[in-house]
Amino acid sequence: MHNKSINQLAKSLRAGEFSSVELTQSFLARIKQHQALNCFITVTENVALENAQRADAKIANGDTGLLTGIPIAQKDIFCTQGIKTTCGSKMLDNFIAPYDATIVTQLNEAGAVMLGKLNMDEFAMGSSNETSFYGAVKNPWQTDSVPGGSSGGSAAAVAARLSVCATGTDTGGSIRQPAAHCGITGLKPTYGRVSRYGMIAYASSLDQGGPMARSAEDAAILLQAMAGFDNKDSTSVDRPVPDYQAGLANSIEGLKIGLPKEFFGEGLSASVGAIIEKAVEEYRKMGAVIKEISMPNLKLAIPAYYVIAPAECSANLSRFDGVRFGYRCETPKDLTDLYTRSRGEGFGKEVKRRILMGTYALSAGYYDAYYIKAQKIRRLISEDFKKALADVDVIMGPVTPSTAFGIGEKIGNPIEMYLSDIYTIAINLAGLPAMSIPAGFAEGKPVGLQVIGNYFTEDRLLNIAHQYQQATDWHQQIPKGFE
Amino acid sequence: METSQEHEHPQWEVVIGLEIHAQLATKSKIFSGAATAYGASPNTQACAVDLGLPGVLPVLNEEAVRMAVKFGMAIEAEIAPYSVFARKNYFYPDLPKGYQISQFELPIVGNGHMDINVDGSSKRVGITRAHLEEDAGKSLHEDFHGLTGIDLNRAGTPLLEIVSEPDMRSAKEAVAYMRKLHNLVRWIGICDGNMQEGSFRCDANVSVRPRGQQAFGTRAEIKNINSFKFVEKAINHEVDRQIQLIESGGKIVQETRLYDSVKDETRSMRSKEEANDYRYFPDPDLLPVSVSDEFKAHIKALLPELPDTRKLRFNEQYQLDTENADILTASRSLADYFETLVKESSCEAKMCANWMTGDLIAALNKANLEITESPITSQRLAGLLQRINDNTISGKIAKQVFEGMWHSTATADEIITEKGLKQITDTGAIEAVIDQIIADNSKQVEQYRDGNEKVFAFFVGQVMKAMQGKANPGEVNKILKTKLK
Repeated sequence: MHNKSINQLAKSLRAGEFSSVELTQSFLARIKQHQALNCFITVTENVALENAQRADAKIANGDTGLLTGIPIAQKDIFCTQGIKTTCGSKMLDNFIAPYDATIVTQLNEAGAVMLGKLNMDEFAMGSSNETSFYGAVKNPWQTDSVPGGSSGGSAAAVAARLSVCATGTDTGGSIRQPAAHCGITGLKPTYGRVSRYGMIAYASSLDQGGPMARSAEDAAILLQAMAGFDNKDSTSVDRPVPDYQAGLANSIEGLKIGLPKEFFGEGLSASVGAIIEKAVEEYRKMGAVIKEISMPNLKLAIPAYYVIAPAECSANLSRFDGVRFGYRCETPKDLTDLYTRSRGEGFGKEVKRRILMGTYALSAGYYDAYYIKAQKIRRLISEDFKKALADVDVIMGPVTPSTAFGIGEKIGNPIEMYLSDIYTIAINLAGLPAMSIPAGFAEGKPVGLQVIGNYFTEDRLLNIAHQYQQATDWHQQIPKGFE
Repeated sequence: METSQEHEHPQWEVVIGLEIHAQLATKSKIFSGAATAYGASPNTQACAVDLGLPGVLPVLNEEAVRMAVKFGMAIEAEIAPYSVFARKNYFYPDLPKGYQISQFELPIVGNGHMDINVDGSSKRVGITRAHLEEDAGKSLHEDFHGLTGIDLNRAGTPLLEIVSEPDMRSAKEAVAYMRKLHNLVRWIGICDGNMQEGSFRCDANVSVRPRGQQAFGTRAEIKNINSFKFVEKAINHEVDRQIQLIESGGKIVQETRLYDSVKDETRSMRSKEEANDYRYFPDPDLLPVSVSDEFKAHIKALLPELPDTRKLRFNEQYQLDTENADILTASRSLADYFETLVKESSCEAKMCANWMTGDLIAALNKANLEITESPITSQRLAGLLQRINDNTISGKIAKQVFEGMWHSTATADEIITEKGLKQITDTGAIEAVIDQIIADNSKQVEQYRDGNEKVFAFFVGQVMKAMQGKANPGEVNKILKTKLK
């Protein structure tokens, strides 16, 4: 039953093939069995079973919600009332939020069963899940490889069939990169499409929550429950949410695809490049028109991102000061000691590195040279996309320059680690929606195809991904040992 | 050290600019739904947003924007069509997020002015800007045995920071400006002006320069002064300190100083070198605030007649002198009281004004009450003035009646009847009393007839005494004069 899609599960639950409690128990058993992957920070067994019982009662009463009784898991960046929310950090190892994030409320209301809270890079800062205070997550396709990050726990859990689907967040590629590395389908929505309320902020102007699932169809169902305006988030956009499943079957004949030459240059591994070309070829066969485009400012995305994101994070993480919640050092001798030791001991290396970078970039005398300049670059990049998307319907390219790297391989070299997000970061700077779709395997590890669309065209992206998944079966591959 | 009250420094010119924090009278906080009421027990009016819990987000209270725009229109300022909230970063235990949401480069109100009046001459003070921001919480250092308590009830309370140009040249001007602003914010209903509760507080930037010099001297900023009296004292003290320091060969350093009202001195808090680098940057959690022309027109329509306009009208419509017009427009409630009194009593405006600026305000000051708390409403006072006007009682008796009204809820008429204070205008009764007094005081009659005019007052006094002050004074004079001839 753990290989079924959400639509199939919804049918089975209503046909009485199994109950939500049985389904939930089966997933809980798998989570226990595959503990070594280290996907979960907290398994909420009791909550899950209560949720499942309630769902079974609702289904017996004729409830038709697709997510009713479906086991899902939350990235541990989303606050959950009464359940520990760590954000992958020692700083919040003792933190229990007194409220639910908006998307948690929405998924609860949709009847989903929460299995637990998923491992992630500390405060979502990382591309390998190795910065987590709770240890690295292993990639189910090759357990000595990273699952990607920061939503590494989410991606690995979905790939290993430890949860039907999961939530993730994406600030510079944190949904798409791990989705690509774990061979699942991930969608980063348009900035403002999904509420950020209750999602612990890393870089507020870039952060966006989204679905991680085994198929575009499942992702559409999950996004349906997550998307929408929230009056508690001033940056969420008040705009109707379309029916994401309705257009999945639409033909993509005549679809205009742009391939930016900057995505296929130096740095892209030959094997990944070949797979992406093959995937594009598949689209051509389905009637799409391919066009090479150029986006000259893309090369500036990484430096701009590593000014803006750290700058915002340096302020966002100031509230973790040991005063009101979270980690507090033992016997502080005065206020300064309380601050420096609580933060010094509570935060990991990468988080401290980014706080320092951001503090520096915002400091008097450097602000114009770094922060203001990065904002200008951000506008240039947005302009590049605007121009390109006036001409083509979607942009395609790789999600990552190579397949999942080995655990420990890049953790000592931050620059190299940062470069693994080279194809995803620009999309966050522009605020556009983008997907990662399984497109094949290189060296036995999954490769993701990235599809980037115009603002609020999530329905179109899901349609394009779904059509590909009708023609291919990459998304149905199961890692060995997790069948 | 000696501090002169008047501050005559022939060689030195004093330069003052004020930053005033007015707490906006919104029901809820600027970025959360928690209440703003003063005096609740610690941390009971702080929600997840005010506590800065992980994941929470600010949502701007539109009422605060409305109030800021209202203020801007009242000082004829430019209202920014597009203003931006910024994060001001610093660590302090009562600042939950580790940054304060404020406005920096693009404030909502820019470039207005206010006219003040000092010693009979008028002067225009420029207002550089006014911006919205959230207040921090409160650190409580007592009662915790070496620890510090944090009360976050005040965290997130909306403030309007009003920054003046360095246009003031004496402590007196600074106080006049502050009072005028204090009146205005209450007048337009955006701040309760309660200085004891910290709803209206002031930082003063003070410097001195040799008279005739263009360039400003180095300034010191005196923080958090919360009364008019202390503003004057703190500035005067600081001016003395700076002049003495320069004259004895020292140099002023740019610094933040704290006024100690108990010792009446300012002392250094931190120098410019120690000052925080606040690392301002636009808050990505909040959208820029846009104010449309329609919004401005809507606010303008809601604006009441402003103090200066009303003062001019009082001058013209009621022929009040400047002093009375000033006093009666010192608050909107006073001005309203006055106009109701004129209308209800149908008495001469001047008489109404004199009663208010005399007896009423004196009584209020003595009891430490605001006009809105006056035990005698304008309607009741009007009842009293009518009885003076129609000669039922004399002005002197009226003061007795006023006293009675102050301590009860009775009307003037009720007190007059109850105490039998009705004025005697019956000339027959007065004549009878006068005849008797003339008969009893032949010596004084002789003196008067010999040309000693002063004795006349003695007769008036005797008559009044005999008639318990109730005789109509005009009649008494007239009859006495005839009978003593």
